[in-house]
Amino acid sequence: MRKTLYPLPLLAALLITTAAHADTGKLLLTGGVSTIEGAAGGGLTPWAVVGSNATADEIGGSAYITHAGTGDYGLNVYGAAVGIHDRYELSIAQQDFNTRGTGVALGLPGLHLKQTIVGAKVRVLGDAVLDSDTLMPQVAVGVQYKTLGSTGLDPTFNALGAKRHGVDVYVSATKLFLGQSLLLNGTLRATKANQNGLLGYGATLGGNEDKYTLQPEFSIAYLVSKNIAIGAEYRFMRNKLESAGRAAGLGNGLRSEDWKDIFIAWAPSKNFSLTLAYVDLGVIVPATTVGRKQTGYYVSAQVAF
Amino acid sequence: MKNLFVSLALAAGLLMAGAGSALAQTAPKDDQLYKAFGEKPGLVSLMDDFMVRLLADPRTGPHFKPANQQRVKEQLVDQLCALSGGPCVYKGADMKSSHANLDIKKSDFHALVEVLQQSMDAKGIPFRKQNEMLALLAPMNRDIITPPETAAKP
Repeated sequence: MRKTLYPLPLLAALLITTAAHADTGKLLLTGGVSTIEGAAGGGLTPWAVVGSNATADEIGGSAYITHAGTGDYGLNVYGAAVGIHDRYELSIAQQDFNTRGTGVALGLPGLHLKQTIVGAKVRVLGDAVLDSDTLMPQVAVGVQYKTLGSTGLDPTFNALGAKRHGVDVYVSATKLFLGQSLLLNGTLRATKANQNGLLGYGATLGGNEDKYTLQPEFSIAYLVSKNIAIGAEYRFMRNKLESAGRAAGLGNGLRSEDWKDIFIAWAPSKNFSLTLAYVDLGVIVPATTVGRKQTGYYVSAQVAF
Repeated sequence: MKNLFVSLALAAGLLMAGAGSALAQTAPKDDQLYKAFGEKPGLVSLMDDFMVRLLADPRTGPHFKPANQQRVKEQLVDQLCALSGGPCVYKGADMKSSHANLDIKKSDFHALVEVLQQSMDAKGIPFRKQNEMLALLAPMNRDIITPPETAAKP
């Protein structure tokens, strides 16, 4: 556990530095919440918004902790982001995926897959909130560098032709239809990640080409009141590991399916938000979970300034 | 990699164009929003409350203390009345020239929106109606916020 904590001192330094500029002025909930990958957005998919409360000329920060539990797995995430001038966002996230029964079935009891994600995002045009007389969304491009820690599963990843690091590139367009109190986001991600990277990147066994695929992601949110939003997300998942698994004699045992959630986010103040969600992550290593859909809960707390 | 970026950008554009066309923000065709704000007496009472809060808030107070507050209130009433479909004509100065050289930052604009939300809450205006009005006011940020290149240098 100690070894995976190395990003924290850097983060703490960034947050303390930025706390000096705490007089930030973005509107409530317009910085989004923190995704499981660290970037600001919904819960599962990044948006074009820049995290923290900082608007133009300001620097702000946010930190969060998230827990998700499904029938067969647990996921803990913590991370932070710095927003600079409402244009640049730097983020970091540490994911700890508890494989529970799957680890046992693989002869690796207590197996935790730990992924570190360092992200950068830049807003290229638009203002999702204030440009309410045009259809022009706020658009941002982002990059995420993902590293999966070394575990007893390394030989399996090698056999499947999956690497333990990868880079995702995405573009997001976010629009708040203020008059309708409705927010829409579309993200298109170029990725090689299997199950968001928790099962490596790429899978060449069985003749898969090691190429990027484009995965769309969608979010919709309705602002119920000034500090409560409800919504849903849909994230298409790359499913190249299934054919690699088939080549390894596992049938469809490594299949992945799209991720979805419905959420409610509550921001009692500008500095704190709480998000609750019901998630459906489809099947995750159905070989060891009798093909059960991984449904469950998601809870995330964020502080921001 | 370059092709990838181009196709990403194109696809995102298409996504939004499709989703957005049904939701264009246009000025109201009727006076339902004007009525929701209590017509002229409602707007006058809202702006009285708004000015008290603007002066009290440390973020916005300094911008409004030197102003002719009665005149600002009257002009705001006319402006919101006209925007919301009421029978008013805004005859004041245009937003750009009346805010030129005031060194107004985006955070100042956001602070003003927050104070207006407080006033609308205090007057019991439903959240959806508040957002309909804000959607009509928000685009004015382009004329009100001082562009960085012309902002006063220290």
